[in-house]
Amino acid sequence: MMAEALARQHRIALTGNDAVAYAVKQANVDVISAYPITPQTFVVETLSRYVNDGELNAKYINVESEHSALSAVIGASLAGARTFTATASQGLAYMWEALYAASGLRLPIVMALAARALSAPINIHNDHSDFFGMRDAGWIMFNGEEAQETYDLTIMAFKIAEDPRVLLPVVVSYDGFIVSHAITNFYALNDDVVKEFLGVRTTGPKIDPDNPRSYGVLALQDSYFEFKRQQYEAMENARQVIQEVFKKYGEISGRNYRPLKEYMTSDAETCIVAMGSTVGTARHAVKNLREKGEKVGVVGILQYRPWPVKEAEQLFSRFKRIIVMEKVMSPGARAGPVYEDITATLYPNYNVKMIDFIYGLGGRDIPAQGVIDIYKRGKELADKGKTDKAYFYGVRGE
Amino acid sequence: MSKLNPVAKISDLPEESKFRPGHRLCAGCGPAITAKIITLAVPEAIIVNATGCVEVGTTIYPYSAWKTPWVHVLFQNNAPVAAGIAAALEKLSAEGRARKIPVIALGGDGATFDIGLGAISGALERLDKIIYLCYDNCAYMNTGIQRSGASILGAATTTSPAGKVIPGKQENKKDLIAIVASHHIPYAATATLWLWRDMVNKIRKAVNYSEQGPAFLHVLAPCQFGWRYDPHLTVKVSRMAVETRLFPIYEIEDGQLRINYRVSKPTPVEEYLKIQRMMRHLLDPKNAETLQRLKNWIEWNWQRLENLEKAGKVF
Repeated sequence: MMAEALARQHRIALTGNDAVAYAVKQANVDVISAYPITPQTFVVETLSRYVNDGELNAKYINVESEHSALSAVIGASLAGARTFTATASQGLAYMWEALYAASGLRLPIVMALAARALSAPINIHNDHSDFFGMRDAGWIMFNGEEAQETYDLTIMAFKIAEDPRVLLPVVVSYDGFIVSHAITNFYALNDDVVKEFLGVRTTGPKIDPDNPRSYGVLALQDSYFEFKRQQYEAMENARQVIQEVFKKYGEISGRNYRPLKEYMTSDAETCIVAMGSTVGTARHAVKNLREKGEKVGVVGILQYRPWPVKEAEQLFSRFKRIIVMEKVMSPGARAGPVYEDITATLYPNYNVKMIDFIYGLGGRDIPAQGVIDIYKRGKELADKGKTDKAYFYGVRGE
Repeated sequence: MSKLNPVAKISDLPEESKFRPGHRLCAGCGPAITAKIITLAVPEAIIVNATGCVEVGTTIYPYSAWKTPWVHVLFQNNAPVAAGIAAALEKLSAEGRARKIPVIALGGDGATFDIGLGAISGALERLDKIIYLCYDNCAYMNTGIQRSGASILGAATTTSPAGKVIPGKQENKKDLIAIVASHHIPYAATATLWLWRDMVNKIRKAVNYSEQGPAFLHVLAPCQFGWRYDPHLTVKVSRMAVETRLFPIYEIEDGQLRINYRVSKPTPVEEYLKIQRMMRHLLDPKNAETLQRLKNWIEWNWQRLENLEKAGKVF
């Protein structure tokens, strides 16, 4: 890292949850509202400690449910405040209708998601079922692989959300327990650097007694569609804005983010696609496979919505085989959501053989050997042309 | 925010309301009259409307009947949305980034008695600095007259019809104010539009109290469409609900209950029932048992309130 960039930051060891709370404190949010749920709870505990100790001058609304948590930040955001909430799993599911209200009202809310499985059966451990469940809710969606990325994305999320070309809510997801509870070292920007980067919120809807407007009106057949079309355009605009914010953040921090993270892809014939903490595991596995002469690389998904169409097209069309690892299942679908995003991106010009693996549901561990197994089996299935369904890895009976 | 004083006469109110003509609510709509009284009672306020008749009838894009800031988000979340706005205004106004005005959550009985009750309980328990006003028209009118927790015993709604075997709703109306007052909030009251001055002054009192914590108003707002009476009778129906003791007018201030309109010689409830088709079937001799239960409940409820009034600070 450049000396100038180093001078702007400090090294700190925190859990993923506390890294998020730390970023939110530095972002000087005005209003926080949240409800405890494993494995996110430490975010809201740490934030309430910051508020009660006077380290963060924010209003903290202790609500009685996640539905009210998102509702309260919707209200605060409409009043012009910078707002934050955090949740996981059932909490996110309980917020469902308010997710659409937040994006439809064009509110720059930032939410942290410690990704966790969904009931039933009840399970508190990590997979990405909650994250993909909000896929079409109109939120910008990021995925942090570890504390560093999660911290950086949380800071950048406010900048992206509040850009007048965007004005959409942003979710920053990170794997429950694996990232949320693991203490790691990372670089945090100094408070004054974040303050200068973000300033205070000045954009977006703002209730004004001197200029009374109606928000959240009834829009029928003659106008609803236009509102939704504008919302769609905002998400399209976000592509450019995200790129600009990544660039500016890179200049400040020395960490240059891209929507898709590549590892040993330049001459790879096979690409393993993963999201969240598995990306690091896959890098380790690929390093081992490379030593044995396998031409394999990894692509990690950092930015899921807006789906980085151009980057994905350029990148994925280079490979002979793509093995997608998904910590989510879509019963009855052809394959998982990431598989479908990639095939849709490459259509109609794709000669690549694609294999989809469902793995790790409910926190089922995925060691490096697991990725190696998936690679070997996936490569064989691809070469046999057995691409007609999704496969399971690491489950009894498979 | 400056303190609002009680009004004595109608000329003490502004000439123009910030709830403007041209909305699509029915002729004789009790909730519309309620909305108008709110905006006459309070010089400026942010209205946070739950989904319901008032919401859909007043803001059909690109029109809005509201000349005061107005927000709608969902059905059951007007209390937390209002709480979020109030919290934001407190923070931003301290930094000179916004001007603080009262925040009034407005919801029908479906939003308040039923689907939003948990969220309202949260806001009351947290002592969020908001006013909550429920306009109670005793059923889900926006979706077409379905039974709610506020429908009165015997009410014939589309989901509790006056059938051959079961003559309408067989359960009593939920005691909303008792639930609300059990949160030990500064102020809770009932009101109805016939007693317009009582209602105006209660709204003004609620606004003053909202500097300390939540203030709650339960307003009976008759619905000519759902109750099926002639539209010109709305104020009369409102009056008869009070004079039959079916809807007692009282307030709870600092834990002390006070009956504000003492009905010493109640009008027989039959007079009230016979002018509305929602209730008229109770006068049929075969439904005498349900009618008697309703009468017993009215008497028991009145007695209960008188006892609570005498008991001192019970909430």
